[in-house]
This record gives sequence, structure tokens and C-alpha cells, in this order.
Amino acid sequence: MPRRTMIEAIRDAMDVSMARDSQVIVFGEDVGFFGGVFRCTQGLQAKYGKSRCFDAPISEAGIVGSAIGMAAYGLKPCVEVQFADYVYPAYDQIVSEAARLRYRSNGDFTCPIVVRMPTGGGIFGGQTHSQSPEALFTHVSGLKVVVPSNPHDAKGLLIAAIEDPDPVIFLEPKRLYNGPFDGHHDRPVTPWSKHELGEVADGHYTVPLGKAVIRRPGAAVTVLAYGTMVYVAEAAAGEAGIDAEIIDLRTLLPLDLETIVASVKKTGRCVVVHEATLTSGFGAELSALVQENCFYHLEAPVARVAGWDTPYPHAQEWDYFPGPARVGRALVETLEA
Amino acid sequence: MADAGMLRFHVPEPEVRPGGTPDFSNVTIPNAGSVPRPEIDVDPRAIRDMAFSIIRVLNRNGEAVGPWAGLLSDDELLEGLRHMMTLRSFDQRMQMAQRQGKTSFYMQHLGEEAVSCAFRKALTKGDMNFPTYRQAGLLIADGYPMVTMMNQIYSNEADPLKGRQLPIMYSSKEHGFFSISGNLATQYIQAVGWAMASAISNDSRIAAAWIGDGSTAESDFHAALVFASTYKAPVVLNVVNNQWAISTFQGIARGGSGTFAARGLGFGIPSLRVDGNDYLAVHAVAKWAAERARSNLGPTLVEYVTYRVGAHSSSDDPSAYRPKAESDAWPLGDPIVRLKNHLIQRGVWSDERHAQAEAEILETVIAAQKEAESHGTLHAGGKPSARDMFEGVYAEMPPHLRRQRQQAGV
Repeated sequence: MPRRTMIEAIRDAMDVSMARDSQVIVFGEDVGFFGGVFRCTQGLQAKYGKSRCFDAPISEAGIVGSAIGMAAYGLKPCVEVQFADYVYPAYDQIVSEAARLRYRSNGDFTCPIVVRMPTGGGIFGGQTHSQSPEALFTHVSGLKVVVPSNPHDAKGLLIAAIEDPDPVIFLEPKRLYNGPFDGHHDRPVTPWSKHELGEVADGHYTVPLGKAVIRRPGAAVTVLAYGTMVYVAEAAAGEAGIDAEIIDLRTLLPLDLETIVASVKKTGRCVVVHEATLTSGFGAELSALVQENCFYHLEAPVARVAGWDTPYPHAQEWDYFPGPARVGRALVETLEA
Repeated sequence: MADAGMLRFHVPEPEVRPGGTPDFSNVTIPNAGSVPRPEIDVDPRAIRDMAFSIIRVLNRNGEAVGPWAGLLSDDELLEGLRHMMTLRSFDQRMQMAQRQGKTSFYMQHLGEEAVSCAFRKALTKGDMNFPTYRQAGLLIADGYPMVTMMNQIYSNEADPLKGRQLPIMYSSKEHGFFSISGNLATQYIQAVGWAMASAISNDSRIAAAWIGDGSTAESDFHAALVFASTYKAPVVLNVVNNQWAISTFQGIARGGSGTFAARGLGFGIPSLRVDGNDYLAVHAVAKWAAERARSNLGPTLVEYVTYRVGAHSSSDDPSAYRPKAESDAWPLGDPIVRLKNHLIQRGVWSDERHAQAEAEILETVIAAQKEAESHGTLHAGGKPSARDMFEGVYAEMPPHLRRQRQQAGV
């Protein structure tokens, strides 16, 4: 099976979708001729023409707003916001419009759009190229929120998102574009070509939205993670010698609560990890759900490891980023509690 | 003269406030028929002055004059008159129903009936409007059932939107009426997107975007103009300048640009101003803009100069911020009276027939109201179920909403 980077897998997902369905169109800033600043749309304009893959003005509200109108017409736009940090001008369009169109029109109009955006830190991007705003979207009724952690899933989830009848926020951990980063920033990164999840089948397949996957089975403690933090958790568990069960949530909304509850009931302990800031982060929701559903099975408080409640700093990136040392400490403390 | 020194902060003010004498002497009204009608493929640079004039067809004697006249037959004009009268009657009944506690909220069109009623007749079946909350004439003029509108206003058991939306936030794809958001300006760029999609699909349908004078200050308006200009989208960009954004006079959003139409000039978009209280002028300009869109000539920006005679909404009291008699002083008159006078002047209408039509229309509206009320009003009779509240958030209900619906016991 061919090995692909996450960028190639994402590009392949759009390529496959555009080839299968002429209603699928792709646009965004630098997305057309150049193929995107991360090259996720490279070659699509040459292959499908300027009507189906084109450059947009620097206006996130314009990109998402026009995509909503296109979806109301009957197209299936898959748009790129260059960095998740830039999505805020489009927030009104996403929250007040895309998310509610089906509901407020009682299905008269619908909004099958995908808004792709690179998320997360680890690239010395400072506060404007490193944020993880997923909780701003999981709080919105009517959206689906997806965070893939590897090329295989990224392709299958993106095809599923494009085919979904409702708006999907598709957050791509940019630190994973070229390899499974485990938080050890001082070590060389394994490329996807040397990782089994870099195996990406040709052609059409989907990974269903709303289904988590157990990346590492274990009995001592459940770790709930998504995106880059899946690999950080794996490294932390391995280095601390802890028999952790690591769940890659893949879709945050709707959430695969069943898989989470089954695991925590088995292990009796739970650590939630994400890059995003702690307070009112998605970890708060996960933690609440675990205590609501697994209270009598819990042997320790649910722990959270997250970004500090500061803007994402530049020089202090590795003090900020919740790396394997912090996650490892939380695992040990949860086992000792 | 240069005035260096201490800086002064400038906040524009309307000419007159409550207690003052209404004064529109600063509003220049060109004579009917005086603005030329260019070919639809005119170079936008050649008609920049049209953004500062007002296209008018009906003169003071009720005659249709000039190059924008002559597009509509007497029968079509009589139909247009009936649409405007129906909308006004509908508004009166629904405003009263709101006062009687039969619904929570209402917004009327008083004085602005010509804009949406005439515009609709310039479109073709399949075209899509992205309206604001004051364009119900688009539905009335397209034959959308009044009883369905009322069911929505009452949020009753027959409400096509299942009680989820504030009154008057209609939606009808079939009638080319995009779901009203209630958030301002968001629909403007969506209309451009819809038009882009039609062009991408090599379709023949066009879109119409709607916005009020106040909301042109939103960034979505500027995004829409950029996208429409860049991609030459087949869209008519409508700005309804009714002088008032709730209590804020149009000068606060307009700033120093002179007119709202002038906003389009920097984008290279042909930008016209039209007498919004002149049914014939609105229709003629809309037709011109729609033809441009359909001929791959791109967007047109149209500013409708009109006046909001009524309150902003049922929750508003204009006497707190503008002179009570200001609407009487509005120099462009009343759209229904003006079309009525034109038809009388043409010899196809009379005061008697007008009074008779008014009575007939009122009867029809009351009949629709009775039927709608048989399905319930907001606080009485049939209403959408609590179960409906959980439906339609997604195409397929996800597990967490199923759990919440169970918790709610519905």
C-alpha cells in the first residue's frame, strides 16, 4: 500500500472527492494556482480547472460566507482557512449561519460544507499560527468537529466530511503533516513513510465521523487524546512504563462516548490531554462526561493536561506545549491517586 | 482651510431631532425621467455619476416619463398595486395581532412596499433572493400563501419552520426566498456565493442580495463586494436605504461617501440609485441589473432611496429619536398612492375601485388570518411539539441529542 504524508493524504481525499462528484469544489487563500501554503491543494486546479479550485481574496468571512451560499445552491464546497488562528472573521458565518441553516429553515436549505484549517502548535508559529480553537466549535449546535491524527484517517475522515450533509470543521494538526510528532522536539521526527498509519489506500474509502479508535490498548488508565497529543501520550506511556489505553477521539462532535465509557469503566482512571488552553477547553467536557457516566468505576480524579491559559507564546513554545514529561507526570499521579 | 492644532472628534447628527420641524431640503430629488438609461454592457466608469443621482419614472402628475418608463403593461401595474396593498394590509393585521399578544414580534414595511414587490417581478422563477427582514413583498408578489406566512408568524402547529424561528424570518426555496437569519449582513456574501455557484454550474439563474443602509457597515458587506467584483458574480446587490437603522440615522453608516451606491464604485461595480417609492423605477432598474447579471456582465449595486414610515419593529418607538411628522415630509411620497395616481391618470383605475380593492384585500387577509389562527397562535391553540425542538439540528440525530431528548421526556 502506498505511504503518504498527511498533506498528500488530504490532497488525495479532495482529489478523489472531486473526481467522483462534480459538485465538490475547493477554494481558499493561495489554494488555486499555488496549491496552498502547506500544498494541500497542489495540482487540483491544473486537474479540475479554475471553476472547481481557485484562489480567494483574503477574507475568511467571505470564503465561508460564499461557501454557505454555494452549499445552499447545491454545491459541496471544501474550503481552506489558512490557519485556524485566522478563522475568527468567519466565526459568525460558521456559528450563526452554517450551523443553523438546516434547523432554522426546517431543512428547506442545508449547508454541506467542509472548513479545513491547520491547527495546533509545535512549529514556532507564535500566537497567530499555533492555536487550537476546537472548543469554540464543539460548543456550537449543528456543527461536526473532526481532528485526524494520521494520513490514513485524514483521508478517510475528509472524504466522509465532504460527503456529510452537514457542516464539518476539519482541524488538521499541522505538526503532524510530515510525521507523527511525539513532543520530543529535540529528536528527529519519524516520517510518515516509516509509520504504519502512513499507509493510505488509493481511491475512495471513508473513516466514519463520530467513531473513536483505541490506538494503544491498556488496562491501567485511559488517555483521551486527539491530533498531535495521541503521539505525545503514546511516548509518555511508553517512557513511564504505564499500561495506558490511549483513545484517539478523531471526531469531537459528535463524540464516541460509548468507546470512552467502556474504556474508563475497564481501567477506572482517566487522563484527558489536549494542546488547547485548559479553562473551558474540550477536556472540561470530556472530564464531565467521564464523571457523569463512570463515577462509580473511578478510582482517581479525572486529570487534565492542556496548554496553559496564556496566549500561545513564541520563544517559550516548549514550556507551553504539553509534552511527554507533563503527560507522563499526570499518568503517574493518576495511578498513585 | 488647514486647521492644525487640537484634534476634534466628529460624530454626525441627523438634521432634525424630536420636537424639530422635519426638513429634507438637503435631499436632492432629480426630476422624473431625467436620468439616462445606459445599455446593460456600459463601461461602469462611464456611469459613475448614477451613484449620486436618483432614477425616477413617475412624475408629480402621475405620469411615467423618461427612458426607464414603459416596461410594464397596465395589467402588470394593477397587479403590482394589488401586491403592495396586500402587503400593507397584511402588515396592519399582523402588527395588530402582535399587539393582541398573538405573537412575540413583528416588522412592517410601511412606506417601503414598492421595493420588494416590484423587484420580485424583475426576477425569473428559480432566481434566489437573500433577503433581510423587510422584504416580504418578494413572497407576496410571488404568490406565496399568506396563511403560511401567518402560520410562521404565530409559530403554530402549521408553521413550516416548526416554531424554531422568530416571527417573519420566513424561508422558501420554492419561492426563491432564502432563510432569513436575523443576524445582519451575513446573507449578503452568501448571495454572492450562490451566484458564483450558479456560474460555476453554467446555470442561467441569478441571485439577489439584500441589506439595509445601517448594515452596509458590516464587514460581510465589503466581503460581498470584493467577491462579486472579483468573480463577476451574477448577482444584484440591493441596498435599501430607508434612512433609519433602528434609531441611528443613515449618516452613521454612510460616513463621508455621499451615498450608499457610491460604495460600489471602488469595486468597479455599476452602482445606481433609484427612487424606492416609485414602483416603475424600482422594477425598471431591477430588470436592468438582472439582465446584466444574466448576460455575464456581473454584479450591479442598487441603492433604493426610501423611508421607513413605521417603527423598526414592534419593539421600537421612533418618537424617541425623530420628529413624529417626518414621514409626511418625506419628498418621495407614498409608493401606493403614487402608483394609484398613475393608474388613475392612465384611466384604468379610480378612487372608487381603489377603495373597493382595499376592502376586498382586507377581507382576503382576514380570511387567511382566521385560517392561520385555527392552527393556533404563539400562546394559544396548536403549536409545534417539544420533540420538534430536537429534530433537524443535523440530517441524522447524533447520540447526545437523542439522550437529551430522552431526558426532556419528549
